[in-house]
Amino acid sequence: MTVNQGPGWAAQSREGLSPARRGGHAEPANLADILERVLDKGIVIAGDIRINLLDIELLTIKIRLIVASVDRAREMGIDWWEHDPTLSAGSRDVVEENQRLRRRIGELEAGRGSDDDADAGYGLGSGRAEPRQEDEPRSRSRGREPGGGRGPKP
Amino acid sequence: MSGPSATWLYALVPATGTGVPADLRGVAGEPVRAVEETGLRAVVGTVPLGDFGEEELHTHLEDLAWLETAVRAHHTVIETLARGGPVVPLRFATMYHDDTRVASLLAERRADFEATLERVAGRTEWGIKAYADAHALAHGGTGDPANDAGGRGRPGTAYLLQRREQRRAQETAHLRASEQAAAIDAVLAGLADSTAEHPPQDAQLAEYEGWMVLNNSYLVPESRTAEFAAAVASLDDRFPDIRLEFNGPWPPYSFTAPDGDHDAGGGPGG
Repeated sequence: MTVNQGPGWAAQSREGLSPARRGGHAEPANLADILERVLDKGIVIAGDIRINLLDIELLTIKIRLIVASVDRAREMGIDWWEHDPTLSAGSRDVVEENQRLRRRIGELEAGRGSDDDADAGYGLGSGRAEPRQEDEPRSRSRGREPGGGRGPKP
Repeated sequence: MSGPSATWLYALVPATGTGVPADLRGVAGEPVRAVEETGLRAVVGTVPLGDFGEEELHTHLEDLAWLETAVRAHHTVIETLARGGPVVPLRFATMYHDDTRVASLLAERRADFEATLERVAGRTEWGIKAYADAHALAHGGTGDPANDAGGRGRPGTAYLLQRREQRRAQETAHLRASEQAAAIDAVLAGLADSTAEHPPQDAQLAEYEGWMVLNNSYLVPESRTAEFAAAVASLDDRFPDIRLEFNGPWPPYSFTAPDGDHDAGGGPGG
């Protein structure tokens, strides 16, 4: 058993806790334990200045990580990450990707080479940073994040 | 203090209690003082809106270092007051325009606040976390997958059977850990006036291994603290696969909701 003693205030309450006294000094209370109580517990009174702690996205990320399980966060209505395309593949990206792949398949089936496509896709001209591997255009094209409409434009 | 300010609330205490320590400082480093009205005392501080206004506070709260300092300061005030007698902690960032508004609040909700103070007086919040050792539980009684003859001579089948067995052992371990956590909770709730459940903490940030199968707070009468602590120690011995962590004493943060909003305890009265 581990006993984490807060800065003990109830001396008489500690009578029974010999393991805590053995340590000789009080450990500062664990931050996660404090956050869990100070931010999520305590009596709630609607003051004049309304600070909705749950409105603050970055704060909720941190608190979610520190204190709350994902389920609890959802319960509290914190689910923005489910709509954030950088954190979950957004549907828009999927559609774009799908269209790009269909286009690519159509081109391949029509017997077009991949060289033109690679150039068009990446918008690369004479100024591109990477040397072009003339003999392996297709593997290069496959090995990259699909360029589609998202590549840099000249 | 220059510029506009607000009154930040820390806690409610009976006006008959010991005074607010003169050297106590709050979230803005400000001296903490009392606003009294009809037998109740709100412990407050004046904070600058330049740092604690709605917009400004939102910005600050995104800074975890700032947040930690402010949250610890809020907690320190409440904890200091708790040494002197019953206290009802207020949620972080409860602010009024001025002291007059705080006095009105005390007058309006006197009965409610007095009932809450009464409910927590002479009682302490203790936190209990239980961690299950997944490995020990998974190997505590299910069949040995190596003896499973089903896949003998067929490596693919043997592999799948082994995977299935592992999954089953994992599920059994979860079930067993939950059962043990429930048994632990039942004993402790029997000694407490009330129980409040917290969600399990994130393993990475709270730095623990295994499963946190219990993260509860118990409101324990001070007369029963020793008995409660002995029960924790005895449960720790009785369930070798479960590690118990005992933290506190805490001001009664988890027991300030109106009756019935947190779990009713299994204590003698409830």
